[in-house]
Amino acid sequence: MIVAKQKDLEVIVGMLQGYERILVLGCGTCTAICLTGGDREVGILASSLRLADKVSGKNRLLKEHTVERQCEWEFLDEINDQVKEVDAILSLGCGVGVQAISERFPDIPVLPGLDTLFMGMPQEESVWVERCSGCGNCILDKTAGICPVTRCTKGLLNGPCGGTNNGKCEVDPEKDCAWTLIYQRLEKQGKLELFDEYHPPRNFQAVVRPGRFTIK
Amino acid sequence: MPQLPNNLISTREMTSENQFEPEIIAFSCHYCAYAAADLAGIMRLQYPTNIKLIKLPCSGTVDILHILNAFEQGADGVFVAGCLRGGCHFVEGNNRAERRIERAKDILDKVGLGKDRLEMFFMSSSEGPRFAEVAREMTDRIRKLGPSPIRGV
Repeated sequence: MIVAKQKDLEVIVGMLQGYERILVLGCGTCTAICLTGGDREVGILASSLRLADKVSGKNRLLKEHTVERQCEWEFLDEINDQVKEVDAILSLGCGVGVQAISERFPDIPVLPGLDTLFMGMPQEESVWVERCSGCGNCILDKTAGICPVTRCTKGLLNGPCGGTNNGKCEVDPEKDCAWTLIYQRLEKQGKLELFDEYHPPRNFQAVVRPGRFTIK
Repeated sequence: MPQLPNNLISTREMTSENQFEPEIIAFSCHYCAYAAADLAGIMRLQYPTNIKLIKLPCSGTVDILHILNAFEQGADGVFVAGCLRGGCHFVEGNNRAERRIERAKDILDKVGLGKDRLEMFFMSSSEGPRFAEVAREMTDRIRKLGPSPIRGV
């Protein structure tokens, strides 16, 4: 899933200056799961903005809605009518969501309420961790299901480096050394011979930006 | 999520000295604070009438939305009262409530209402006098802060 964090309220308030009718639009998929852009967060943000408005003597229209997925136009049809009533949309989806809405409704400014961080998974309550960089050249079969491109701070394909320190990384002692984890899991699986395999330099052209994919 | 009733706050009444009377919403856990309030009544303890009690099955069921909604309706102050640390009937509810209150305080600060209008208290069901003390403490605090800028006097 895509993990994102909400921008500071002051930043959002600044972004919304000059707009009188605003639709706060949530996304019920990734950002709802990481507790930054679902139905409940839309309610909290809209309520906070209403309070800020009342304190400063403003009276703006703040509509609230959450779609199942912002990144597919099919799911955006349900806001056709609401969009006609507002002069800006504040999206609580990832960067893909913001751009999908903007492409679908090009006449209305779509503002990002979140900073999109990475593709990851929940590790424990309130903690999400990055797991995939979308490099277009997956080698997880060789690395016991642990991605060195993402989880090694240096992104090394042939590790560990000399900076591994009792299973921790020299760059950040809080972080696990991905290559130590790979070694330990390969050992557990009885496939240590994979560790001797040399990986040639990564193909950075596997995904040419902007990425495009067509099923044949 | 259960919604708060939309008639939470009544019309402002002024005292004879033209002093404003704060309206404070108290989200109270069924197992402790609500019972403590009950006990305060049975003990005939006096505490300000500015407190409006909302009973919750656990302080952990309070949501930031409920708190913001109470302020949007014009509450001058809000407090959440849960069980003593380690004494939650649902194990973790009061700790969760405390974390939510911290976030709600941050929001209140950023929107210009000030975090002091919101507080979390911990008490047991046998602490009737403590509930009365909390009610007095919160009423005094809000009286000093003045009326909520959302509603004015």
